[in-house]
Amino acid sequence: MKISYDARGLAEPAAQAPRVAVIDASGAAVFDAAELTTRQINLELRRLVYHEGVTDVTMRNPGARHSLAVGILARCRITIEGSLGYFGCGLIDGPEIHITGRVGWSVAENMMSGVVVIDKNAGSLTGAALRGGDVVVRGDVGARSGIDQKGGTIIVGGNAGTMTGFMLQRGRQVICGNVGGGLGDSMYDGAIYVGGKVTSLGVDCVEAGLDAADDEFLARKLRIYGIEAPAAWRKFVCGRKLWNYDNLEPAERKLVL
Amino acid sequence: MCGIAGIIHRDGPGDIGAEMTRMLQSMKHRGPDSSGFALYGPPGDLLVMRIKLADPNEARGFGWSERLERHRNEVEHRLAKIGAMVDVMHGDQEYAYRVTFRYSGELKPLADYMEDVPGCEVLSLGHSLEIVKDLNDAESVAERYRLPGFTGTHAIGHVRMATESDVDISGAHPYWAYPFSDIAVVHNGQLTNYHMWRRRLERSGHRFQSECDSEIIAVYLAQKMDGGLSLETAMKQSLDELDGVFTYLVVTADSLGVAKDEMAAKPLVLYESPELVALASEEVAIRAVIGHEIDTYDPYEREVLVWHL
Repeated sequence: MKISYDARGLAEPAAQAPRVAVIDASGAAVFDAAELTTRQINLELRRLVYHEGVTDVTMRNPGARHSLAVGILARCRITIEGSLGYFGCGLIDGPEIHITGRVGWSVAENMMSGVVVIDKNAGSLTGAALRGGDVVVRGDVGARSGIDQKGGTIIVGGNAGTMTGFMLQRGRQVICGNVGGGLGDSMYDGAIYVGGKVTSLGVDCVEAGLDAADDEFLARKLRIYGIEAPAAWRKFVCGRKLWNYDNLEPAERKLVL
Repeated sequence: MCGIAGIIHRDGPGDIGAEMTRMLQSMKHRGPDSSGFALYGPPGDLLVMRIKLADPNEARGFGWSERLERHRNEVEHRLAKIGAMVDVMHGDQEYAYRVTFRYSGELKPLADYMEDVPGCEVLSLGHSLEIVKDLNDAESVAERYRLPGFTGTHAIGHVRMATESDVDISGAHPYWAYPFSDIAVVHNGQLTNYHMWRRRLERSGHRFQSECDSEIIAVYLAQKMDGGLSLETAMKQSLDELDGVFTYLVVTADSLGVAKDEMAAKPLVLYESPELVALASEEVAIRAVIGHEIDTYDPYEREVLVWHL
């Protein structure tokens, strides 16, 4: 597919929604993305959700392309049959998206609300700067999940890589498997629950006890998404030593960092 | 940014020229400056050498073609002089040649003697490795060097967005592990202790043709293997000895390996089946050579994986 760019470098400035989706009697739409460009796919999704009032869309053959199903700001249900590349489902507010394959880096980046469920693995930076909603990965995730997360919940059925919860500011992460080194490095607030082994804790991340509210939260979230709970949970929170580090003596700061 | 890709056929040779072209072309957006291929054809008794005599984007003064012709003849003359029996010498471009020859001596004196010809750089030397690299995207390089139809067992490739050094052939990947035969590397990332390693390796007698940090990885690994380490052990040591961010792929006559730094800062997606292993910076590159639906995963930080033929 030949893709044109305008003077600013924007891809396909003149692209139009291809109008290839088939809407059945119940109002659900299906379309095949195999022969469409990234921009055409997103335009078709927007046409269906914003202009046709469709609330149930199925996309076939996404082919691991980048930046699909981004910027959708409406309540709807989107099923993606296949895998996404990088930056999938970013900047969304409202949709419930189910991806039957895997996703690359930065899925659901800056999501405000809604649900993104990924049946297989995810790359690094899953749910980066997440502000609300649930991101659920049934497989494993890469490094730096929920970097700069400011709300919402990230749930991982498998293992997570290094620096999980890096700079976490609010919200929660639930990792059923093992996590890599530097867990919760420089987190300000929020909580990370881990079911498996923890390689090492990052700067200013400490272990805390679980209370009844934690147990209820974990049981509820795993029940909703049908994920099996591990034998035991550990909870990690911010040690708060860096909250006012400007006032620390250099020697103390060195101790923390 | 840069994009890297690798493929290894476990069930016999395939059209790796066309496959690597498709993989790299699908990642053109990661780096349009130059594209490079390291391809392994069927190994034979003859040595195969790829050289360049000039850069395509250098100023072409009067007598450019005549000068290149003179240098080409000088290379052939010197090969004969050092005791190599030239089989075929073919130029896909007037500045880039492929030479096959019979030779039983040491490779380093031969490579040094060739590179003593003005403008000459030995891009690759070995019994099956051939490195082809040039400016612009993968399809145009593949067309200029007639790569589709190149049959072999494994290959790596690179699309470059130049950040550390010039846009020219010397700065393009893959890098041959001068002067060790049949070893090449592509790298996505930056090495922060590059100068230290470069000085160290230069003291051991190795030469570097570019200012590109990636060039040291190939020589670093090959020197360790020459000292008796396995590829896997050499790569594991590189995790501690090379600083910076990297995902690199390395190929030898019979294996392909990948290593990721401890921050997992650079992407890599991996697909593995009994017939073939394909890996790339982006999944679209893997899907460019595999028609059916696939499952992939990202290797974790500090992972070293090696596949053998």
